[in-house]
Amino acid sequence: MDDLIKEFLIESTENLDRLDSELVKLETDPSSQELLSSIFRTIHTIKGSCGFLGFGKLEKVAHVGESLLSRLRDGKLSLTPEFTSGLLAMVDSIRTMLGEIQTTGQDGNETYPELIATLNKLQDQGQGLAPKAESAALSNAAAKKNPAKKSDGANLEERPANPAQQGADLNRKNAVSASRPDAPATPPAAAGETQSSQQPSDDSRLRSAAAETIRVDVHLLDRLMNLVGELVLTRNQITQFSARQSDPNLISPSQQLNMLTSELQEEVMKTRMQPISNVFDKFPRVVRDVATARGKQVVIEMEGKETELDRSLLEAIKDPLTHIVRNSVDHGIEMPELRTASGKRAEGHIKLVARHEGGQVLIEISDDGAGIDTARVKSKALERGVITAQQAGRMTEQELLNLVFLPGFSTAEKVTNLSGRGVGMDVVKTNIDRVNGSVDLQSYPGKGTTIRIKIPLTLAIVRAVMIQSNGKRFAIPQVNIQELVRLDADRVRTEIESVHGVPVYRIRGRLLPLVYLSKELRLSRKAGESAQDEAANIVVLQANDHPFGLVVDAINDSEEIVVKPLSRQLRALKIFAGATIMGDGKVALILDVVGLAQNANILSEASDRALAEKSADLLSGKEQSLAEKQTFLLFAGPDDGRMALPLSAVARLEEFRAADIEKSGGEWVIQYRQKILPLIRLDVVLEERRTRRRHGSKIVEPDPLQVLVCNDEGRTIGIIVEQILDIVEDRAAVKTEATREGIQCAVVINDRVTELIDIPAIQRIAEANRTLSGEHAEVID
Amino acid sequence: MAQTHQFCTFYLDKLMFGLELQKVQEVIRFLEITEIPLAPHVVGGLMNLRGQIVTGIDLRRRLGLADRTDGAHPMNVVIRSADGAVRLVDEIGDVVEVTEESFERPPETLQGKVREVILGVHKLKRHLLHVLDTEKACETAETVASGGER
Repeated sequence: MDDLIKEFLIESTENLDRLDSELVKLETDPSSQELLSSIFRTIHTIKGSCGFLGFGKLEKVAHVGESLLSRLRDGKLSLTPEFTSGLLAMVDSIRTMLGEIQTTGQDGNETYPELIATLNKLQDQGQGLAPKAESAALSNAAAKKNPAKKSDGANLEERPANPAQQGADLNRKNAVSASRPDAPATPPAAAGETQSSQQPSDDSRLRSAAAETIRVDVHLLDRLMNLVGELVLTRNQITQFSARQSDPNLISPSQQLNMLTSELQEEVMKTRMQPISNVFDKFPRVVRDVATARGKQVVIEMEGKETELDRSLLEAIKDPLTHIVRNSVDHGIEMPELRTASGKRAEGHIKLVARHEGGQVLIEISDDGAGIDTARVKSKALERGVITAQQAGRMTEQELLNLVFLPGFSTAEKVTNLSGRGVGMDVVKTNIDRVNGSVDLQSYPGKGTTIRIKIPLTLAIVRAVMIQSNGKRFAIPQVNIQELVRLDADRVRTEIESVHGVPVYRIRGRLLPLVYLSKELRLSRKAGESAQDEAANIVVLQANDHPFGLVVDAINDSEEIVVKPLSRQLRALKIFAGATIMGDGKVALILDVVGLAQNANILSEASDRALAEKSADLLSGKEQSLAEKQTFLLFAGPDDGRMALPLSAVARLEEFRAADIEKSGGEWVIQYRQKILPLIRLDVVLEERRTRRRHGSKIVEPDPLQVLVCNDEGRTIGIIVEQILDIVEDRAAVKTEATREGIQCAVVINDRVTELIDIPAIQRIAEANRTLSGEHAEVID
Repeated sequence: MAQTHQFCTFYLDKLMFGLELQKVQEVIRFLEITEIPLAPHVVGGLMNLRGQIVTGIDLRRRLGLADRTDGAHPMNVVIRSADGAVRLVDEIGDVVEVTEESFERPPETLQGKVREVILGVHKLKRHLLHVLDTEKACETAETVASGGER
């Protein structure tokens, strides 16, 4: 392609990106002459270049836009949302045409007659508003017109020719925004003066900035970065070698080399750094588009736009961020009426903050919308079969929130064309994970949602921990590592347990599945080595929120390594993220934690579920060998028997007045948090060995009733107990088989025999009682 | 028609092979090789070629020949390609110049892995020179790679 056209394309694309944000900004600050002039200049430049390069259609579109803008700028029209929309549509069509030029070299066949008509109409509409006070202002400001303005005016042939008029319009514009558009006051002359003297200084600043920067091919920068990477490696080799030498003639230059290389590396890295504003600046437009389409009012606020990060990373976070911002507007922010009804401002707020934090870049996207409804997340997850009801009952709020990161998950009630297609947050998470970043979601019902993204500054050079397995070295990026655990041979034998043959290690009360690197990589052990009798080094890693332990032979130092991609013959090996050259010149492979986890089936649902169930068994005390301290809620059951539930199974403790209890469908229920809560009486469902005397009686329990609200199988039930006694932590080591239905087992808690109740069984009994209502009529009555 | 081609020749299991000289970047005696677990069989491992990481393809395996048993270090023929692939060969031979007249397509009876990567044969005085298709060897290596993944 023609160099001239190429340059035109690059320049115009950049300009258009700026236009987007400027137009949106202009909407909030319609009086800003500076913004208007800048927008006008951009469109004018595009139009001019098009004419020169012979892109007639593009020129036509730009021309209408320009005339409209010139009227806006001259204050003949005032900006309305329709104007902005029209102008944004123009920007879009120009962008399409530029794309066309890029691929075909022609500006396409589309002439955009509708767009041109709309823009023309907008221009005509405003005609009636033409100012009357202009002539007065004209004479006033004519004398004050700054000559520097002329250079600006000279190349804008579309504008009314009289430069003095511009000054006047400028004044008027200021006044208009201050008062009402249809009743412009005669402006104070001083306003015109400050405005016009500001303009040239701005121009000159732009020009000088242009002289100090040059355009450099990205590939050249990449190549530079690579070379510096090599240099770093060579430096490492030399430093290692010179550390063993005593000749000062070598040591001092090698120290020097060390320093210079680090400095060079830093500077070269900076050349690839770009401010995050390159991505952020697109968001006002995104927010505006989505908000307009959904009839919402949203303001976006951005902080730390100057925060810099590697351009490849910037590229990687662009889509995830856009998705999050869209989501916030589409799902997070409520409709204006709803907002005012709940006492918020009609206008929703989205805030983006970027800053450096501990060698990483932190990006925070928060909105003041409705927050994420965990109940809805839960029911959706159940519906989709992502989790079982049992799991759901045990999940904490935060765990429920994190469900939105699972593939195929969207809580949007209806799929809009903007978001909610089920390819959402999981893609965000995968993309962020891919660049070794992390996503953290926090939501406060009714108050809003905050998403925190942490990403490294650069991908090319990372800090990694070197590990060994079967004499082979591998690197693990340090960001993936949570902690390192070393078990000596004795503890290996006792503390590595197994769940259906899957080795696990207990770490702070949670089961950590173990993955043996040698097994995953099918490394053959040398003769005489046996895994069992050795100490184990466990590297605790995190892949997509699934922690797992990688068992390796040895953990060595951490080092800065230069990540090199694998050749295409090896791309299929997802288990490796790349390779690097070590200080001794040998090649080591870099492990991809997510790939490794996938390879080991850590991320598969089946293994997930098995583990979750195992953990649940642990909690409910089924698995005696694995029993450890857990917290129980002690309560008095019927006939003063001591009973207990794992505290994790109980959602809330409530007191209800007996009078509030109602009967519905043969069941005792109570209205609870806008829902009907079925109540279960333990004295009814638990078969009593002595008598059935209490059957059929009215509710005679003490008033108010003590109720345990439990979640089970996605259902919430209330269990009426005689009295809530205590919350204790106990190992519950001694236990016996259950002697009656509805009881899981009997354990010794606080030196007293206590029955652990089995909620699903109790529910089954209650259910059975209800369906057999004829037989058990007295139960219900 | 008497256009000449230059081939870099090498031996594998006593067979003589040739690569177009333009495609050969260099020949290196010995480089320490890092094996890649789970990698396809034909990929010998990774090597550090003056700071570049290059992938070594074991030509013996690629051609379905038995692994070498004598324990001698293989030679590395570095190919000019985007990835800088390396071939491990037994012994390096001379650069020979041949004309198109001596070229013949491989006989139809030639089957198996060798057929995939051999363009044809040049009839030399004493030997037959098997001409390797570098691109093909890489392409097939890739499909082998994805098939080799579990």
